[in-house]
Amino acid sequence: MKTEIVKKYLRMDKMPTVWCPGCGHGIIMGSMLRALELYGCTKDDIVIVSGIGCSGRTPGYIDANTLHTTHGRAIPFATGIKIMNPKLTVIAAMGDGDCAAIGGNHFIHAARRNVNITAIVFNNGIYGMTGGQVSPTTPYEAFASTAPYGQLEPPFDVVKLALGAGASYVARSSIDDIPKLDEIILNGIKNSGFAVIDVITPCPIAYGRRNKLTDDPMENLKWIRDITITQKKAEKMGEEELKGKWVTGVFRDKEQMDLTSLYLELEERMKELKDEKKEEKVEKIDEKTDEEKRE
Amino acid sequence: MPKRRIISGNHAVAEAAIRAGCRFFAGYPITPSSEIAEKMSELLPKYGGRFIQMEDELASMGAIVGASLTGAKSLTATSGPGFSLKQENLGFAIMAEVPCVIANVQRGGPSTGMPTYPGQQDLMQARWGRHGDQEIIALFPDSIQETYELTIRSFNLSEKYRTPVVLMTDEVISHMSEAINIPDEVEIINRAEPDVPPEEYYPFDGSKGMIPPLATYGTGYRYHITGLVHDKTGFPTNDPKIVNEQLLRKVEKIRKNRDDMVEVEEFQLDDAEYAIFALGSVGRAAKQTALDLREEGIPIGVFRPRTLWPFADKEVIELAKNVKKIFVVELNYGQIISEVERFASKYTDVLWFGRADGRLIPPREIKSFIKENI
Repeated sequence: MKTEIVKKYLRMDKMPTVWCPGCGHGIIMGSMLRALELYGCTKDDIVIVSGIGCSGRTPGYIDANTLHTTHGRAIPFATGIKIMNPKLTVIAAMGDGDCAAIGGNHFIHAARRNVNITAIVFNNGIYGMTGGQVSPTTPYEAFASTAPYGQLEPPFDVVKLALGAGASYVARSSIDDIPKLDEIILNGIKNSGFAVIDVITPCPIAYGRRNKLTDDPMENLKWIRDITITQKKAEKMGEEELKGKWVTGVFRDKEQMDLTSLYLELEERMKELKDEKKEEKVEKIDEKTDEEKRE
Repeated sequence: MPKRRIISGNHAVAEAAIRAGCRFFAGYPITPSSEIAEKMSELLPKYGGRFIQMEDELASMGAIVGASLTGAKSLTATSGPGFSLKQENLGFAIMAEVPCVIANVQRGGPSTGMPTYPGQQDLMQARWGRHGDQEIIALFPDSIQETYELTIRSFNLSEKYRTPVVLMTDEVISHMSEAINIPDEVEIINRAEPDVPPEEYYPFDGSKGMIPPLATYGTGYRYHITGLVHDKTGFPTNDPKIVNEQLLRKVEKIRKNRDDMVEVEEFQLDDAEYAIFALGSVGRAAKQTALDLREEGIPIGVFRPRTLWPFADKEVIELAKNVKKIFVVELNYGQIISEVERFASKYTDVLWFGRADGRLIPPREIKSFIKENI
């Protein structure tokens, strides 16, 4: 049944995907499609925008209005679309490099202005398509093609970044908990503001093989299970224990004034202004006729 | 009766954009273009449009492409350093064939250069600033009147040919105020929408004409757009035959329609034995120079393309056949000269005079250069 739902939204003639065996991107896409089905908008009203990289290929497989843009720029394109047609349900599918490196500026400002876009981060901690270079979310000391002696820098926490910048919905899940992923993506779409969903997912080929996980999908999945900790469990853990782990759960889910509502409000204000001016004119004409009457 | 108004170049861009039907602006502050954004922020809400100041130049360019896909005529404005940053998504708009207009108010460069002084240093950036093989339309006004008219024309060409158009003004034109005629009626062109049902629609199908209609997002035509080389359906392909067909169509839709795009002002050229080639504000000094030299008995005129790209090659060849010398005058260290030489050198002598110190070239300087070299 669930497969049927997903199929309804897929461009089946574009199968199979470019994604490698064991990659989690297809699972995230599946969750996204089930969430869209439950949300209930028509395919004509869905826009999927992406940047560059493995995640960038997501829109191509989805039977909707789809836009595969430049590296890191999914959000600006999506912003233009959402502002000019607020009726559309707009999803930005991004990779971790897309979102937190080259597109970092767009990401924080979309959160600040709380534009009604659902940003899904396909976070595999590596630049997969270009062959496994370090990304802004590569774990400390992990190996990558541009970190042959281990990554020297600490990773970005996309959730904390989004919280700090003001997004109205912020959550993290992994491909290890698919029902939860379906649920948080749905709630992200339902939220009227900028929703950020950080999804921890493995890249067996570009990351796993270099980091003793091999290219075996199950080994990589076990690793994902190991590095993701629920909020509940995390509360009982110390700072040292939490090093190198990603805490999952919903970190913010509130309704706050979103950008397109503010535009609609401004539009109303402009209409009232116009009406007031018309009334003023009418009054002036009335005054005139009174004067004329007196004369 | 057309309305007569005194207005600055930057405000003329904004007002003409609204007149052309522009309903979305995304921009980032940069001297000397900021008044365009300021005016658009005031005007758009009054006309049911939307304005947004983005976080950077790249985002502004991305946002106008996104907005255009929802059917809105869209504008951004910038100057040299910002124009450099916009090149990435401008290239995307060319590849994806999304109409939009970029006003580039030129200032002195390179790098941060001279923000409050004019330059004509982005001629080649407009043409070749992006990676990859492509054609671009760029218009180049010399007055506020022409800025108004060419802004509307930028939108019209953009919609007609489903391609971005660059409006090249400069710091002098942008900040100068002049009395202009606001025409009662203007020609407005809107993009072609598909006339086939969604299942028969291909966003990049060149079989029924070089400019395939562009469907609006959210109207039932669910299609794909990518910056990767794509086939007629919009999906990536590496098939050399299809790659060639698609890329060539994108180039030829401009090249083969150049007659509809290229406009040239020919000033006192009928009996001229010499010609000055000038663009934009330099054209005005050139025209004064021609008048001054004619008083001294030198038969000279001015050739001023209002369209920078595609280049007025045919017209330059005709000019070259009819004059003894062409004096190219530009506010840079030699950019458009190479294009003029490419087409004119076979027929006549081409000489260059210019500078890029941020000051306009006064007629007396052009005059003495010509007199020394005639």
